Amino acid sequence: MYEIIAFYLFSALTIGLFLITVMSKNVLYAMTSLAAGMVLISGFFFILGADFLGVVQLIVYVGAVMALYSFAMMFFDATRDIKEKNTNSALIFLLGGLSAVVLVLIFAAPIHSDAIQALYPMHEGVGNAQDVGIVLFTKYLVPFEVAAVMLLVAMIAGIILAGKKMDQSLTEDMAADDEIMTQKDAK
Amino acid sequence: MENLVYIALFAPFVSSMFSALFGMSPRQTFVGIVASSLLFISFAASAMLAFHVYTTGTSVHVTMMEWISAGDLTIPFGFLVDQVSVTMMTVVTLVSTVVHIYSIGYMDHDKSFNRFFSYLSAFVFSMMILVMSDNFAGLFIGWEGVGVCSWLLIGFWYHKEDVSREENPSISPSWAANEAFIMNRIADLGMLVGLFILYWNVGSLQYDVVFSALPNLSGSILNAAAVALFIGAMGKSAQFPLHTWLTDAMEGPTPVSALIHAATMVTAGVFLVIRANPLFAMTPEVSFFIAALGTFVAFFAASMALVNRDLKRIIAFSTLSQLGYMFAAAGLGAYWIALFHLAAHAFFKALLFLGAGNVMHAMHDELDIFKMGGLKKVMKWTYIYMGLASLALAGIPFFAGFFSKDAIIETAFNEGTLVLWAILVVTAGMTAFYSFRQVFLTFLGDERYKAFGIHPHEMYKFVLVAMSPLAILAMVAGFGMGSFEHFVTKLLPEYHMSEHTHHIAWILGLVVLVFAVGGIWLAYKKYAKGLKRDEKLENSFIYKLLANQYYIPQLYGEFISKPYAMLSEMMWKNVDMKIVDATVDGIAKFIYKSGDGSRKMQTGNLSNYLNWMAVGGVLLLVVAALSAMLG
Amino acid sequence: MIGLTHYLIVSALIFSIGLMGVLRRRNLLMLFFATEVMLNAVNIAFAAISHYYNDLTGQMFAFFIIAIAASEVAVGLGILIVLYKKYGSLDLDDLASMKG
Repeated sequence: MYEIIAFYLFSALTIGLFLITVMSKNVLYAMTSLAAGMVLISGFFFILGADFLGVVQLIVYVGAVMALYSFAMMFFDATRDIKEKNTNSALIFLLGGLSAVVLVLIFAAPIHSDAIQALYPMHEGVGNAQDVGIVLFTKYLVPFEVAAVMLLVAMIAGIILAGKKMDQSLTEDMAADDEIMTQKDAK
Repeated sequence: MENLVYIALFAPFVSSMFSALFGMSPRQTFVGIVASSLLFISFAASAMLAFHVYTTGTSVHVTMMEWISAGDLTIPFGFLVDQVSVTMMTVVTLVSTVVHIYSIGYMDHDKSFNRFFSYLSAFVFSMMILVMSDNFAGLFIGWEGVGVCSWLLIGFWYHKEDVSREENPSISPSWAANEAFIMNRIADLGMLVGLFILYWNVGSLQYDVVFSALPNLSGSILNAAAVALFIGAMGKSAQFPLHTWLTDAMEGPTPVSALIHAATMVTAGVFLVIRANPLFAMTPEVSFFIAALGTFVAFFAASMALVNRDLKRIIAFSTLSQLGYMFAAAGLGAYWIALFHLAAHAFFKALLFLGAGNVMHAMHDELDIFKMGGLKKVMKWTYIYMGLASLALAGIPFFAGFFSKDAIIETAFNEGTLVLWAILVVTAGMTAFYSFRQVFLTFLGDERYKAFGIHPHEMYKFVLVAMSPLAILAMVAGFGMGSFEHFVTKLLPEYHMSEHTHHIAWILGLVVLVFAVGGIWLAYKKYAKGLKRDEKLENSFIYKLLANQYYIPQLYGEFISKPYAMLSEMMWKNVDMKIVDATVDGIAKFIYKSGDGSRKMQTGNLSNYLNWMAVGGVLLLVVAALSAMLG
Repeated sequence: MIGLTHYLIVSALIFSIGLMGVLRRRNLLMLFFATEVMLNAVNIAFAAISHYYNDLTGQMFAFFIIAIAASEVAVGLGILIVLYKKYGSLDLDDLASMKG
């Protein structure tokens, strides 16, 4: 019973929040609603018994990624409304709607699950975190390591890309900055 | 011995490649000298091989390497030097050497001097492969090789415009080259079919294997193979109805005419018949057809030569006629006599052509014998050479042609084919007439060339010296007949005259001699004092028929070339342009247009690209959903 | 009772919302948000399938998707900053430089 209530509540809220993310003109609103939507998605994970995944979702997405976005936003002017010209919104809604309809149609179709067998089944009486850990560090060890390397590479790349001329302001007048810089160099 | 075989075979090849190195550069005399020396080396090697084969009586058989080895088919690059091929080798290399040296003088003023030697040596190489190969496939390669080289050489002056002449309208070297090549191609198809028939039924193309397997084959297969092979021989040896190319091939440089169209290439057909004599011996009907056709061509060509005015064409017709004699002998089973006539004919015919080349050189490429006359004064040696060669051709006793031609005519009598015999005898008289008509019109009588402002001069000394071996051979080759018979009949079937024929041989010889001398006498009486043109005769139907070569070139032009050209043009305009080309153009246009149209998608705006991507993705989704639903 | 289909439909709806955002947005930062939405939609589907088929593979995929999303954000934001430094704008209409 709680599950049903939770599901419908989370669904409605998530969809609404994400709609705000997509439609809003204000970056700050969009980001906030995105973060909230992600928290609710971790709620889905908890309902589905994927405790560890839910926790990771909270830490990585809501914690790390959103923090990154908010830091990045400080470089740009976040308070201004974003002006976008939407030339053919009819096409966009048509495509979005069509994809939604088709996907729903596909997923609503009955599933013939006889042939599907669990490759790495969950165990009764064992916690989700334990189960995940065993599979992740045995069967998925190599992809895990590769993902670690990839994150490292991404980190270095992010630092290098963003770190150049960190002492310059992006929002203020560039010419003034240049003047300051040349004065510094002259000294 | 093996090394000699390779030297004889590959010296012309080296010569060709060496000359080709300088093919694009201006005239360099040493190219001609090197080429001639290499040819002489080849001749020396051939002569040594001939001596070896003659003394030991054994043949030399070498296999250089595997050439084709696929499944059951094995064709090696093998070379066989036996009595027949060594005869051919010696004749070919001897004549070629003389022609090479001659060309140094004759092509003196030609800017493509080096290229000429390259082609000429390549031709000799192909001919050597043709005669030396120990299997039909190698023979065919040489066969095609001489075809290509003859195309190159006939069309050597490819830049020449079409020239109109009274007798042969609108002929250019390139046209003549193409005609020769295409006619040979028609015949080569027959030859290929013959080879296929033999291979299907025997499973090999080696001469010895094929010939030993022949008795097991049925008569119809043998006949089919013999006919198909003879069609090939007809093309190469320019037998009726594929004969027109030979006279038109006279558009090439004269040394080429001497080498290809007298001594070597055209005899390839005769060589094939001689080489495949076991096959033809087993098919008497085909053989008789060969003999009959040969006799017919002998007469037919001689009749055309009677009235022709073109110096080289007269000799070309006489070549045709003599080839007819050879086929007559081969068809009647006297293979060794055919081979002997082939060798003897090569000597005096090459001499005749080279002499004609001298005249042509002197007369600044004028070929009409009605415009010559009295050249004896300035060209004494050429006169002597051509006179000797004509005597040999006419079959005057103790010259080369006397023995061989006489033997052929005797054979025709011996076989009881009296009609053939009679035609051949008459033809002998005609031969004597037209060859001396030409000699007298050219060298004796009034000096008609003066009216055209030509100042003739004798050829270079070294050229005349180089021609002397041919002259000597034209005189004395006949005396070697006995030993030649002894030599080649080790391989070829023996042929003996019956007792009866032997008994009256001297009468037969006398008859031929009477005809020959009669022909010469007639020619002397009519032409030696100068040219008196007989309007009435020249306007008569027969004269016109002969002068126009029985209207056969026109006939071919009207009924084969023109309809074919019309058909080709129709196919070009309707099928090629409207269907094939239009399809290709349509595809190109469609791609071009669609590319041009879709170019607008490249706005450079990522947002637009994303839209397109989404359209594609959604389309795929729809397709997936639909296929899942329908499937 | 909530079944797998319910989750998948929610996932599909969220994915379509993300797709719409990708199509609609001209601002690069907003485009990033929209892609995050799509990635999360897929994660829901994976987790749901993992739950209903009692198989851990789905969760494994979700983990790796999260890892990829994280690195994408790190690199992507770096690029955004460089772009902003260079052009002073994040609007795609201003950045179009490869018109064919």
